[in-house]
Amino acid sequence: MKALVFALRSFGRELRSGEVLVLLAAVGLAVAALTAVGFLTDRIGKAVARQANEVLAADLRLRSQEPVPQEWRDLAKDYDLETADTLSFPSVVFKDDDSALATIKVVSDQYPLRGKVRVADALFGEQRAVDGIPATGEVWADGALLARVGADVGDTLFVGELGVRVAAVLTYRPDQSIGFASLAPSLIMNIADVSQTGLIGEGSRVAYALLVAGDEQDVADFNEAIEDRLPDEIRVRSQEESSERAYSAADRAQRFLSLTAVISLLLSAVAVAMSARRFAHRRMDTVALMKSLGATQGFVISVALVQLLLLGALGVVGGSFIGFAAEELLSRILIDLLQQGELPGVGLRPVILACSSAMVLLLGFALPSLIQLRNTPPLRVLRHDAMPPAPSRLFVAGLSLAAVAALLYRSVGDPVMLLILIGGIIVIAGLLYLLGRAMVSVIGRARSGVGVAWRYGLANIARRGRDSAVQVVAFGLGITVLLLLTLVRTDLLEGWRSTLADDAPNHFLINIQPHELEAVRARFEASDIDAPVFTPLVRARMSTINDESVKDREYPNEDGKWLANREANLSWAAELSSSNELLEGEWWPADYAGPPLASIETEAAENAGLKIGDRLKFVIAGREVEAEIRSTRKVNWDSFQPNFFIVLSPGALDGMPTTYISSMRVADDKQALLVDLMRAHPSISVIDLGAILEQVRGIIEKASLAVQAVFVFTLAAGIAVLFAAVQSTIDERRFESAMLRALGAKKRTVFAGVMAEFAALGTAAGILASAGASVLAYLIATRLFELPYEFSPMLWLAGVSGGVFVVCISGYFAARSAVNSRPADVLRKVNT
Amino acid sequence: MSNQSSKAGSVLEAHKLSKQVSSPEGTLTILSDVSFSIAAGESVAVVGPSGAGKSTLLALLAGLDLPSTGHVVLNGSNLSTLSEDGRASLRAESVGFVFQSFHLVPSLNALENVMLPLELAGQPNARTAAREIIEKVGLGERWSHYPSQLSGGEKQRVAIARAFATEPAVLFADEPTGNLDSRTGANIMELMFELNRDSSTTLVLVTHDQVLAERCDRILSLDVGKLVSDTRAAA
Repeated sequence: MKALVFALRSFGRELRSGEVLVLLAAVGLAVAALTAVGFLTDRIGKAVARQANEVLAADLRLRSQEPVPQEWRDLAKDYDLETADTLSFPSVVFKDDDSALATIKVVSDQYPLRGKVRVADALFGEQRAVDGIPATGEVWADGALLARVGADVGDTLFVGELGVRVAAVLTYRPDQSIGFASLAPSLIMNIADVSQTGLIGEGSRVAYALLVAGDEQDVADFNEAIEDRLPDEIRVRSQEESSERAYSAADRAQRFLSLTAVISLLLSAVAVAMSARRFAHRRMDTVALMKSLGATQGFVISVALVQLLLLGALGVVGGSFIGFAAEELLSRILIDLLQQGELPGVGLRPVILACSSAMVLLLGFALPSLIQLRNTPPLRVLRHDAMPPAPSRLFVAGLSLAAVAALLYRSVGDPVMLLILIGGIIVIAGLLYLLGRAMVSVIGRARSGVGVAWRYGLANIARRGRDSAVQVVAFGLGITVLLLLTLVRTDLLEGWRSTLADDAPNHFLINIQPHELEAVRARFEASDIDAPVFTPLVRARMSTINDESVKDREYPNEDGKWLANREANLSWAAELSSSNELLEGEWWPADYAGPPLASIETEAAENAGLKIGDRLKFVIAGREVEAEIRSTRKVNWDSFQPNFFIVLSPGALDGMPTTYISSMRVADDKQALLVDLMRAHPSISVIDLGAILEQVRGIIEKASLAVQAVFVFTLAAGIAVLFAAVQSTIDERRFESAMLRALGAKKRTVFAGVMAEFAALGTAAGILASAGASVLAYLIATRLFELPYEFSPMLWLAGVSGGVFVVCISGYFAARSAVNSRPADVLRKVNT
Repeated sequence: MSNQSSKAGSVLEAHKLSKQVSSPEGTLTILSDVSFSIAAGESVAVVGPSGAGKSTLLALLAGLDLPSTGHVVLNGSNLSTLSEDGRASLRAESVGFVFQSFHLVPSLNALENVMLPLELAGQPNARTAAREIIEKVGLGERWSHYPSQLSGGEKQRVAIARAFATEPAVLFADEPTGNLDSRTGANIMELMFELNRDSSTTLVLVTHDQVLAERCDRILSLDVGKLVSDTRAAA
């Protein structure tokens, strides 16, 4: 109680004196970064969960490439369940001469069974939920689609051969794909109209679905009843499975943001440790005095703890506030990405998380200093050089590593990323520390050959030995992160962009029927465009792997299970495509005519646990084909060539229902050709990759913007480290500067000496930060993103000059009070 | 607690005190074999040249540090048998300090600085008691000022008020006028002796100043760590 009163009494004064501001700022920054990201991911998580519940627009969905037979509809009725039918397929929608690719969603009366469709009466008009579906002859179209073809509500669009009136703007449908997957805007049409479009025929890419919903138990019973009876072509999907996939997509996005927050947190931790050391050091005289007046160790540590907790609390409140504001901003940036009009509200969870993180931070990084403070000898009141014993290094390192691991583990999650991160940081810190020590000895020898200002500055570094090394470590780490987040990030994006060749295809043609091949080829030749390569595509379902049913088999991961169980697109080829690289096994001879062989994409093989020699059996339109895996391939998906997970040998798919796909580059001035082509062959879909790439680029830029907003915290935390480092020596500096000036040094000379010191520190830190950032960038590029990494001289230039610049500027502001204070004041102030 | 060797009427006893510290040049003896006893209410000056061991002796007598050999009995307790917290509690009860460099807590105002030892000793009405004594040292008007707003003499008055606030059995003063000009120093000493008389506190005063030393009942002279004379004032 006494301790509490005393702590509170002196706390206000401490705050006003500004001494604890750096510590406060460090805690506040850590909390702000964590809450901003925490709030955001919480909201994204909730949005995703809400979407996942609606994503089927039903409780259960039976999906097939063929119309779902009536018997399943009847069976559902027997279980008192509601049903609705949907068809969806990609098609180009026309208005006069304009056209755009759309996802045509054809629905029956009861749609949707779960969730609501929302529409607006005009583009960008206010949206409202609707019951029911469009009347016959009418459609609801996505605003993006209307914009692309220059239409508005009331206009007539052509879907295939059918003209339909746009009755409303579609703003939301529950089963639209999550996030980035659905790139083509939707159009909802009444099921009664679909036959008149002429788009439904053999081989067309239509997904049929029977939606089922009802009482939870009835749904479960129904699901159980159909489980073993459903033919392979029909797949059942329940809410749980959908949400699982939806969650994992959102999870990846969150990790990226979390990583940025974690780096801010680490820097804040360094700043906390440094300013806590000073916090304790500043209190040693007071503690010694209180002990001489009869205060016990318990009292001393209670006072320090209460003050530290108060600081923590202030930091948490201020940080949460800033974090919340930042999150508002971020969610505005990200709202389009989530394709939701409004994000759900958040609970208190992020605040609680941020509070506990702040406490872990304080405990891990400030506690050792407090314990040292407790042991301050009272003798210090008589002999100022009496110091408490330093806390055991093992204890300090162990405590801070434990705190870092605790904070990192929750945020990063991914062990590989975590290891790269921690490993990189430890290696750089170790290198920086060694360089710092080496520098000290080099400087000790070099300083005889320089002028007085430099000699003073360099002597300072040499004399502070260990502390100088620690400062180099802190500066170096800060600069490393700044480099990673600015230059490396840009380099990686550029690297990705440059892998996309200038002559990369910009259009895909899909769903070309065999009898159309000649006509299409002729059309291109007539327009002086190289005849495209047509790649066969056969839709199949995998039934067994080495005679074991794909349903019963265990898979290394969910992606593999999905791959084996979904409708597969197969192709065959005589020669290996130029965008493929053979990794293992052998490619078959061009004139191969033996039993079917297969080549599988390496990641798919890994995910599904497949290896060379395994036998895959496929069911294709009621017929079976079994092929043995002979090779694995690496595919360059960025080539935008048609590529397949599984390619079979020539002849393996002869006589199966086949369509063709192709990719090509069509110059902007020849786009009219594509419009003519679609008119003449309405079942062929043209996908405009340019528009998709544009969209992807937009998404990346928005995501980068969000990361940069979090990055502001990192920058601030880095500067907090610099300030904490300088502040930890400020008393000494103040005194030395006063001494030097009392001895006749000009203010300018003293100042030049201080700047020389910072410039030397900044250079060393910059060199090692550049080296560290290069190594980390190389690891991130090659291991995580599989991009080639090029040595960047800019990185080094920016690292070193940035290091000198940032350290000198921060050092100037942090140390100027020491240089500027009047010598008499400083020398007198020794007595309080 | 031990009071095996306390003499009747004595409040502070030094028994064969020695203090050695290790230094790069080997072991350094700062005090060797110092013994004396101080009676309650006595005022004692400890004099000697720089490096004679005066401050070290003071630290040992107040339990701020422990001797290498020998022991100190303060108000009936052998300090060597107490833990650091035990010695702190004993100081809270029976010791006051005035330092050469004042040692006020910069984040507390004058009144709060005086209240500090009262609160540490668990005394009720700390504020009232502190107000009283701060009036007595002539700072009634300036009680709300912080140390940075006070002159050197005023700071030392606050320190004296703080030292006497708990009515300690022993008051240790370490060169209390060392940082003050001679006139202010004289005023301060006047105040100290006056309070000392009023409260019949035992005063142990470390000083260079022979004139000041001679105002005490008794003078202990140290040289190179040894007690070289123990004289009583003529008066």
